[in-house]
Amino acid sequence: MEKKSIGQHISQQFNAELEDIRNRVLTMGGLVEQQIADAMTAIVEADDRMGDIVINNDYKVNAMEVALDEECNRVLALRQPTAGDLRLIVAVIKTITDLERIGDEAERIARMGQHAAQSEEGRVHPIQIQHLGDQVRAMVHNALDAFARMDTELAVQVWREDLKIDQEYESIMRQLITFMMEDPRSIPRVLDIMWAARSLERIGDRARNICEYVIYLVKGKDVRHTSLEHMEAQARMDHTP
Amino acid sequence: MNAREMNMNDRSKPTHSIDPDILAQASLTRNLGEEDICLKVEDLDLYYGSKQALNKINMHIPRQRVTAFIGPSGCGKSTLLRCFNRMNDLVDGVRIDGKMLLDGQDIYAKSVNVADLRRRIGMVFQKPNPFPKSIYENVAYGLRLQGVRSRRVLDEVVENALRGAALWDEVKDRMHDNALGLSGGQQQRLVIARAIAIEPEVLLLDEPASALDPISTLKIEELIYELKTRFTIIIVTHNMQQAARVSDYTAFMYVGDLVEFNDTNTIFTNPKEKMTEDYITGRYG
Repeated sequence: MEKKSIGQHISQQFNAELEDIRNRVLTMGGLVEQQIADAMTAIVEADDRMGDIVINNDYKVNAMEVALDEECNRVLALRQPTAGDLRLIVAVIKTITDLERIGDEAERIARMGQHAAQSEEGRVHPIQIQHLGDQVRAMVHNALDAFARMDTELAVQVWREDLKIDQEYESIMRQLITFMMEDPRSIPRVLDIMWAARSLERIGDRARNICEYVIYLVKGKDVRHTSLEHMEAQARMDHTP
Repeated sequence: MNAREMNMNDRSKPTHSIDPDILAQASLTRNLGEEDICLKVEDLDLYYGSKQALNKINMHIPRQRVTAFIGPSGCGKSTLLRCFNRMNDLVDGVRIDGKMLLDGQDIYAKSVNVADLRRRIGMVFQKPNPFPKSIYENVAYGLRLQGVRSRRVLDEVVENALRGAALWDEVKDRMHDNALGLSGGQQQRLVIARAIAIEPEVLLLDEPASALDPISTLKIEELIYELKTRFTIIIVTHNMQQAARVSDYTAFMYVGDLVEFNDTNTIFTNPKEKMTEDYITGRYG
């Protein structure tokens, strides 16, 4: 399904509805990316005020999910979409669930940032997590880009990034464990970082889910719970419509 | 910490929990053996005079399944449907090349008795066409033609056919009223009862619900679902959602060509041809 083909329905109104849904997903994605960036500032800078901003903005992400869900239900009921149109709606319903959860993880990171800011010892070891945060944010950005451009190659590439994220998460864990063993007094602060790293790793997993939906949307193949090789083969498969 | 570390190691690996082959098996795709094929169409061309209406059609219609033909007006789906019981023989200037086989026997062979063929392949049309007789006589008509006289046999067949067509409860107390007094939906089910009373192998339904209200339409669809355990059903419909609901296989036709023939599930979620996709998503017509 080519992107341009969204705009070729006999019903102009249906065109407009699908285009609107797609655009709203991307807007929601943009907001979620911003939430991740702000949450990273909150934890790395131990910025209490920034933490507040993230926590207060989470309702916007939630509201967008609810509104989009409603719109998708409406289109399903009134238009009975089929084939590529149906896959678009299904992919959107799944994608926004993951985006909303990413928003929740960002909120959790922001809370850890506030916790760190309010504790007497202040900030610790934010460097590694900053790098992890940048990578995860890029992953979310690229997953949404793959969705917007219906680019399965990019989706596979982003999916593969998650393997690196998982490795980096693991090495951060080891480092943090070392810190805690060296200085037990650091444990409360290190735990905050640890939870934040855990949230970032989960965001990576959710971005990976979005990549899987992109392949479903474009190629009509469900690649969840399969191997990377299988997914790559499906993503490159010729699919005329 | 060890347990946690192990857990982390597991997470970093890609999961292989579901084998793609198992996924493929779980899908609706079935491999049909020879005995599962009721009707075979081989290289079928049909001309109305000099105009070619069907172009090298090849398809296998599975036994005791519902196969739907969809496509825009004039694509040849009704023409193809009418080939199955040689209704096109009645049209002047029709020429047919290629083969059409019912259980391996050529429908167009010289030795075929057309009346006998139409007994084996029944048909229901868009507009209900009951005879201007009683409800009972409408259903018993085919059997009377076959020479059945026994009142007991006729009663039994009529009741079973009406039950099969989900009409019995509505008409059992007025069996000898004129059939034309029934509603459109009831008339259509009566016509289906008349068709199944003579136990055909195949039922051809040409837009059976397009002249009916939504509730009657749903009753007909429910009926089709029941009937497929006994008959091979081929349905032509303009209502794509109806094709999606009632059929197991769907054929998409366009200006005399069979564009795509596949599991209904595949056609409506992930068609292989761009033309099919464009048609079912409403992108041209």
